[in-house]
Amino acid sequence: MSEIIKKNLSEIIDLLKKKEIKSEELTNLYIDKVNKSKKLNSYITTCFEHTIQKSKEFDKKPNLNSLLPGVPLAVKDLFCTNGFKTTAGSKMLENFIPQYESTVTENLWKEGAILLGKLNCDEYAMGSSNETSYFGNVINPIAKNTVPGGSSGGSASALAAGLTPATIGTDTGGSIRQPASFTGTVGLKPTYGLCSRWGIVAFASSLDQAGPMTKSVKDCSIMLEAMAGFDKKDSTSIEKKKENYSKNLKTDIKGLKIGIPKEYRVENMPKEIDELWNKGKSILKDLGADIIDISLPHTKYALPTYYIVAPAEASSNLARYDGVKYGYRSSKGNDLIEMYENTRSEGFGDEVKRRILIGTYVLSSGYYDAYYLKAQKVRQLIKKDFDENFGKVDAILTPSTPSSAFKIGEKTNDPISMYLNDIFTVPINLAGLPAISVPAGLDKKGYPLGLQLIGKTLDEQNILNVAYAFEKNCNFKNEIKNWWL
Amino acid sequence: MSIDKDKIKHISKLARISIDSKKSDSLAKDLTSIFKFIEKLNELNTDKIEPLSSILNTPLRSREDKIDDGKIRDKILENSPKKNEEFFVVPKVIE
Repeated sequence: MSEIIKKNLSEIIDLLKKKEIKSEELTNLYIDKVNKSKKLNSYITTCFEHTIQKSKEFDKKPNLNSLLPGVPLAVKDLFCTNGFKTTAGSKMLENFIPQYESTVTENLWKEGAILLGKLNCDEYAMGSSNETSYFGNVINPIAKNTVPGGSSGGSASALAAGLTPATIGTDTGGSIRQPASFTGTVGLKPTYGLCSRWGIVAFASSLDQAGPMTKSVKDCSIMLEAMAGFDKKDSTSIEKKKENYSKNLKTDIKGLKIGIPKEYRVENMPKEIDELWNKGKSILKDLGADIIDISLPHTKYALPTYYIVAPAEASSNLARYDGVKYGYRSSKGNDLIEMYENTRSEGFGDEVKRRILIGTYVLSSGYYDAYYLKAQKVRQLIKKDFDENFGKVDAILTPSTPSSAFKIGEKTNDPISMYLNDIFTVPINLAGLPAISVPAGLDKKGYPLGLQLIGKTLDEQNILNVAYAFEKNCNFKNEIKNWWL
Repeated sequence: MSIDKDKIKHISKLARISIDSKKSDSLAKDLTSIFKFIEKLNELNTDKIEPLSSILNTPLRSREDKIDDGKIRDKILENSPKKNEEFFVVPKVIE
């Protein structure tokens, strides 16, 4: 297997810019490895003819000043791609071919990237292990029978296995950061509104954000720069100037104040995670940062709040799947209502149905105040916790996940134990803040673990810088042995 | 809040999802444990708290009332599970 595809995105871009490799050659290297890696099940759809044709076109007239010059990229199958199947990991959209392109993917193609394929994910991004996908489990390349996390599990697996040089996912409650942590990769959830949601299959609209997943922090800055930007087609898109995250990346973090929230030291947290967190603190301290203890008192209410808000929004968003305009339609039923009921029963998987039912219930007449309104009030308190602390600190350091990657089937029978995976990531979505998971070490099984840096609104540059400095001083090495080949 | 089979029947009707009676037992069990989990919020007194209605600090933008697309009928019909040339086709609703 070529050494080239083991490289980081930034190194591959350098090779392309120096004309040491052509886009078509690079594309063929990835196609070859993707074809040999079907065991991982990280791709749902490939579009190699398209990729080769576009790479040839690029090589004929290369624009080497773009951010991603002729780079083949696979993306989570939640982004609508014009003319290419977009399934959201669901039977409901098994044969759905969008007639338009999501803004975020369009931004990547404008910067020279080329679509390589669509990556597996939990059904409608609802899951933390990629086990809810209609298209089957994804395997984490770190070990057999191990989940890659979710919902952007196919993205994390493909990235770690070298089946795409970088990728993008979406994060509603941790769906970028948790799989990044499980696979020893970098994942960033931007500030709500930084990346357009237009053309992304909706899960929970007040929480969903697209973001980069990469092998290094520098790669992450390049991808974020390419995908972010104001979009008038998304009413919650933030109007602001584009930033040059990759150019402004620096390792000097002297004098920065880093908060350590005591509430993230949860019950039954493995000792290794606590040790890793301490290691993170000491690395940042050695680099000249001030470590400050802080309190985010409403942290323990974040998951219960999330499991009201997210299903409520999902039940509204997924009401559109009725078998009429697009997607699956059941052939059973004597009238329109029965057709709807059978379509939704046959088209959605168990976890999606569970969440639609929760959401329907908390929004139903007589229960709205007790659940949904209550959750929106607690969400305010969670946001306030962060607002108050960001007067005192510049960024917050926490573990990314309460455990390393687990075995397939280990948590499928108990929804609550599955939901607890997102305990450290969910509060950030509720507050709309940016956060990055950066690999920090291996546990005793040799599985990767990540640390999370949380930033102020639109302070992506700052958390990228801290993560960059951390990465340079942490000596993390992902040991993936290509055992599936 | 304990969720029983009758409640599952009621909610699934509202959500337009038919649920097999075999499945409704396990669903009732799962939902009961999930509601027990989310009811932790009742510990908190939130009487004087304003509910958060938007995470953005700025109000939503309004746009000029101007058509900037259109003529995409065929594209829209492209993914329809059942159609004739110009329309979506649904089961008969009027006798």
